[in-house]
Amino acid sequence: MSGPSNYQPSHPALKWLEQRLPIIGLVHSSFVAYPTPRNLNYWWTFGAILSMMLGVQIITGVILAMHYTPHADLAFKSVELIVRDVNYGWLIRNMHACGASMFFLAVYIHMFRGLYYGSYKAPREVLWILGVIIYLLMMATGFMGYVLPWGQMSFWGATVITNLFSAVPYFGESIVTLLWGGYSVGNPTLNRFFALHYLLPFLIAGVVVLHVWALHVAGQNNPAGVEPKTEKDMVPFTPYATIKDFFGVTCFLIFYSWFIFYMPNYLGEADNYIPANPAVTPAHIVPEWYYLPFYAILRSIPNKLAGVVAMFSAIIVLVFLPWLDSAKTRSNKYRPLGKQFFWIFFVVCIGLGYLGAQPPEGVYVVLGRILTVLYFAYFLIVLPLLARIERPRPLPNSIADDVLAKSGRKAVATAVVGLVAALSLFAGSTGDARASEGQENPPSAKWSFAGPFGTFDRGAVQRGLKVYKEVCSNCHSLQYVAFRNLSEPGGPGYTPAQAAAFAAEYKIKDGPNDAGDMFERPGRPADYFPSPFPNEQAARAANGGAAPPDLSLIAKARSYKRGFPWFLIDFFTQFQEQGPNYVNALLQGYEETPPHGVTIPEGSYYNKYFPGHAIKMPPPLSDGQVTFDDGSPATVKQYAHDVATFLMWTAEPHMEARKRLGYQVFVFLIIFAGLMYFTKKRVWAAAH
Amino acid sequence: MATLWPFISQMNPDASTIAAGAPIEVDLSPIAEGQDIKVFWRGKPIYISHRTKKQVEEVRKVPVSSLIDPATDQSRTKDGHEQWLVVIGICTHLGCIPIAHEGNYDGFFCPCHGSQYDASGRVRQGPAPLNLPVPPYQFVSDTKIQIG
Repeated sequence: MSGPSNYQPSHPALKWLEQRLPIIGLVHSSFVAYPTPRNLNYWWTFGAILSMMLGVQIITGVILAMHYTPHADLAFKSVELIVRDVNYGWLIRNMHACGASMFFLAVYIHMFRGLYYGSYKAPREVLWILGVIIYLLMMATGFMGYVLPWGQMSFWGATVITNLFSAVPYFGESIVTLLWGGYSVGNPTLNRFFALHYLLPFLIAGVVVLHVWALHVAGQNNPAGVEPKTEKDMVPFTPYATIKDFFGVTCFLIFYSWFIFYMPNYLGEADNYIPANPAVTPAHIVPEWYYLPFYAILRSIPNKLAGVVAMFSAIIVLVFLPWLDSAKTRSNKYRPLGKQFFWIFFVVCIGLGYLGAQPPEGVYVVLGRILTVLYFAYFLIVLPLLARIERPRPLPNSIADDVLAKSGRKAVATAVVGLVAALSLFAGSTGDARASEGQENPPSAKWSFAGPFGTFDRGAVQRGLKVYKEVCSNCHSLQYVAFRNLSEPGGPGYTPAQAAAFAAEYKIKDGPNDAGDMFERPGRPADYFPSPFPNEQAARAANGGAAPPDLSLIAKARSYKRGFPWFLIDFFTQFQEQGPNYVNALLQGYEETPPHGVTIPEGSYYNKYFPGHAIKMPPPLSDGQVTFDDGSPATVKQYAHDVATFLMWTAEPHMEARKRLGYQVFVFLIIFAGLMYFTKKRVWAAAH
Repeated sequence: MATLWPFISQMNPDASTIAAGAPIEVDLSPIAEGQDIKVFWRGKPIYISHRTKKQVEEVRKVPVSSLIDPATDQSRTKDGHEQWLVVIGICTHLGCIPIAHEGNYDGFFCPCHGSQYDASGRVRQGPAPLNLPVPPYQFVSDTKIQIG
């Protein structure tokens, strides 16, 4: 990609090919002999990291598409079946779901790096604009991908985002109908989003090729921001950049794996484990963390059309950045004022992200407006003005001089790690800031499955199953759990024969038979737990208007806000037991008489931990109701704890496999990163 | 340009979706005073409220000029059937479903971004810019309406 290659293959077969299609020469000149500046720091490895992430997302995405069903009635279930039944399906799904967040995290670092070091300035304007196009495509892809699992947040996120287009004057409603293919978000919408979600990554890959091409024409920018003058300023791409990129990628993989194996739902949304329901709106509709700054800008403007225009302008303004900032000095290292304003801008972006996750009321609205003004002021006022008034510090004569003058490379590496951690924590904070409000959090119980080496307490899962069977199953279904699961590794630990015997106790409706009639037969291991009600309406009618939710995923579909500073600590301690804590507390949270000043409607019961406190479910458990064979106490406390353990297993039957594989991957990656680091040091020893 | 049209037009609702969006009839007789029901038409929730005398009086007393999106209650209901309010239950802000009988105006409250509507479905507190829309409907008899 950088002009004709001087590469000469020695093998006759390769020579033959090279004369007909000079592809090896192209690769050689682009990724082997290609000269890169000597002074690049680790911020420059994010290009390689992003290429890897695009590859990971495409490969995992194609695999997931082979198992996924893009239909409004089947999508949610098909995702659950991927996670439960497909071999390593849980791994591939976690890689893809967390991968989206990692992809955006990397692209934000890449963009801020470009901003700090002035990588958008001549002659790299087209390179920068191609980057903005990639970012826009990524946003569209990420949004449509989030719709596909068809959970509550998927559905309502799609509704809110597509409704943005209704702000267009005159044609708004027609555009929205066109996007939906119906009169509301529905099956046609899901179908087309799936098709586009599959298509767009390949478009991104195409634009990435242009981006790399443009990069190789203009050459890389560097921390000093001076153009290379002599050969001494440069090192060949291989081995220097290659080995450095490998080390950067490995470090990033360690960070990424922390999410895949230990915190898969940390960046997600508990509500998305509830199937989409067009009749119920979640209390807070919040987009994924990577859209939050723009969401904050949208909401800070009281006029709908102006809000939408501002939100899109916030991205489009980046296209004009090369001309808004006309300062001659590229790198902010040599711009004393520019540097300060850059960091203010960085904080503004983080602040907008935080506000995007908060309810739009009171002080948050005022702050949102201030930060929105500051965001635009940076591009439209500060940068043009600085270019005229700022007196930059003297630049080094050449890149080689910069390298000689440099110390503290380690500081940069630490900064990378620090920033990555800070950004991810910020992302996590937004995730936590969305759960229930205005009431006491459930106390944290002790769980055998918590932490990186946690395993299910077999006895507790078995006892929980008994409580479910004798009590909960009278009203609550468990539709994603099959009897065969009871004998699978990592579960209650029954033998296949025991599971079959357990199944045979149930009557399963089957048919039609040869006469065309439905009939009942004893359950088989392949059958799923039968539901107590034939449909949701029947469940609703029999329970005073509130349908008892399915319990398969309840331990992942319920959460609560942990608040500052707990969400920070949770990232390191891998705390993610909000769901079981909630179930455990709810079952014990009934009180005969509500506290003073709280009125509970007729037919409801006071529960300390239920959002709103008025729950339709009567206290389900009482002491002595279920007897255990293993001598565990027959108390509500024991029942609640066991059933919560059981429901954590039903929500994630492969949790033990996830944590075990995580341990192996971590050992491998840490050793590999160490080897990479020392190889890199060796390779670079002469170049510094 | 004409070549492009089929490729754009195919995105619009297909024949079966349009057919499923045909008018529906709703029997009002089981809805007691002060109650409301939610029916779905074209995938959209439609609230049908049987308003109390007090609610009707209150919403008709409000000076129209003080509203965010000025409209009289008379223009949003059918003459002779003023106890019935029929509105599309989709918040005009960003499309969430407001909850009936909540908020400070004895009407609807949107849990997403806090918009409040009165018992006539008129927005009384932002961020929603417009009143809840009234779907096309007519009374077939005193106790039955046709929506669409």
